[in-house]
Amino acid sequence: MSATVSTFEMPRTISSQRRTKDRLFSIALWTSVVIALIPLLLIVYRVVRLGVAAISVNLFAHTALPASLPGGGLKQAFLGTAMIVGLAIAFSVPLGVLTGIYLAEYGSGRIAAVVRFTAEILLSIPSIVAGAFIWALVVVALGNFSALAAGIALTVLMWPIMARATEEVLRLVPTELREGGLALGYPRWRVIMRIVLPTAGAGVFTAIMLAVARGLGETAPVLLTALGNDFVSTNPLKPTDAVPLRVYNYAQSAYPAWRALAWGGALMLLVGVLVLSVTARMLSIRQQRRMR
Amino acid sequence: MATIGVPPHADAPAALLTRRRRFGDRAFRWTTLVVSVGLVVMLALLLWVLADGGWRAIREFGLHFVIGRDWNPVAGRETYGALPFIFGTAVTSLIAMVLAMPIGVGVALFLNESGAGWIKNPLAVLVDLLAAIPSVVYGLWGLFVLVPLFDHTVEPWLSASVGKVPVVGGLFRYQGPGGDMFTAGVILAIMILPIVTAVTREVVSVVSTDTREAAMALGATRYETIRLGVLPTARPGIVGAGMLGLGRALGETIAVALVIGNSTNISASLFKSGYTIPAVIANEFREATSAGVHRSALLFLALLLVLIALGMASVSRLLVRRTARMMGDDVAAQEEAAASTLGLA
Repeated sequence: MSATVSTFEMPRTISSQRRTKDRLFSIALWTSVVIALIPLLLIVYRVVRLGVAAISVNLFAHTALPASLPGGGLKQAFLGTAMIVGLAIAFSVPLGVLTGIYLAEYGSGRIAAVVRFTAEILLSIPSIVAGAFIWALVVVALGNFSALAAGIALTVLMWPIMARATEEVLRLVPTELREGGLALGYPRWRVIMRIVLPTAGAGVFTAIMLAVARGLGETAPVLLTALGNDFVSTNPLKPTDAVPLRVYNYAQSAYPAWRALAWGGALMLLVGVLVLSVTARMLSIRQQRRMR
Repeated sequence: MATIGVPPHADAPAALLTRRRRFGDRAFRWTTLVVSVGLVVMLALLLWVLADGGWRAIREFGLHFVIGRDWNPVAGRETYGALPFIFGTAVTSLIAMVLAMPIGVGVALFLNESGAGWIKNPLAVLVDLLAAIPSVVYGLWGLFVLVPLFDHTVEPWLSASVGKVPVVGGLFRYQGPGGDMFTAGVILAIMILPIVTAVTREVVSVVSTDTREAAMALGATRYETIRLGVLPTARPGIVGAGMLGLGRALGETIAVALVIGNSTNISASLFKSGYTIPAVIANEFREATSAGVHRSALLFLALLLVLIALGMASVSRLLVRRTARMMGDDVAAQEEAAASTLGLA
């Protein structure tokens, strides 16, 4: 359709008033694009400038220190985020992929419609609500904040993302491949596991990356469930630190050293999230092209 | 997919193998079904946990909970009136909507309708990247860049110009430095822009090419084509895009908590500090011990939030779907549009 539009030439007979309106409209569209991109540039510029200044060996090698002592770092936060996101991946990938398989391969009935709609509206659930839910359910039950609770809270957010994204990529797999497998006498589940999933492999991987990109930067649910910790914690049942959490806490502090660490942490988060989303997008574009 | 017939297993010579196959198929199907239903159960459990937890607060304070202005969690003098948070949430989200809707729709029309050529795809990716930036990064930037900028430049200027206008002027009365509802609204507008753009693109893309070409064949300019051919059909879907954006804005926590000033004001001026429902949950959950009603009050606020957000999301999905169906669009094209917005998921 864009091809039709772009080759469209305005006839000479159009009145100047209509022509002016059209021009103004074009200008308005251009302006909105420029306005939309300004914040992105400003944010990336500021985070990169202040974040790079804060990067040092200490950032990764040292744990949190009182603001009066020099050389504090975010080691415990990086490790904590790794553990929390790792747990969330371990929970949400199998759940999300199985849900996606159900929706794409068996999902034509009423149950599937309900599941699909639930997944869709769960995408809009405020992340703080996921935190409050797991706080009331897991933290209160276990009696303390933990990396496990944070992993579960992120799963609440990542499961529907995984499910919908997996469904979409499985639907791109040509039906002929399934029919071929079935015709060879493969049972349906083997067709799905051995033919459909591997064909969509890159797409499923993309789905995982999108979900992780979401989980990595989430602060509110982690705040309510992991609480934070000044030291490295390897016990998933104990309070754990996380990068977004530290950035949030240090942003509100009055100490320049802590604020610098906040920018350093923010830069690492931004880089992680942007790399994941850009890679995912490029993979999915290539995948879609290959499937057509 | 679901339409594929079952291959004639029964004809296979090895009956045992067939039975095992059937078992494998059935077990696999049931596993995926159970896990999928688990997703629905999780949502139900979430609503139940929040309702059960928030029950005590609503029983003790009743209607006062949503119309009361005092929020005091100090033991012995506990009283919970959540109006300041409800007010702050509504005001900041509305500011975000007013700012993000025209720009988001403009970007969507630019990307889908103006034949932008090679620049289209990179621009779409850049706009989507706004959705990828973590909210704490928005908050950090807002706190150290946007708040000072607004305090020293934007707000005094608006106060001196728009603030003089009768009636609306009161909204823009300068209140001194510090975070405020206006700044929070602007941050929210930036954050919901990509979702508004993505959903608008989805609905605009299902308007059939025939309609556009018919308008052009009648000699319509591009503006007239969009206004007369595209927008009327896409309108319900664009309203849906706005509602989805509003739902996101209502629930945003960290960025808002960092820039809004966190004080329980109810003020006519947008330049006054405020508080929102998500922000108060994030700030107070730590002190909410089991002894008082505090925890229950926070859980009730979470319930309120999720009900509004889910309501918005449901209505939005229905509106977008209806637009697609109205165009007699086939499922494939709809899915294609959904896949292209997947980056936002």
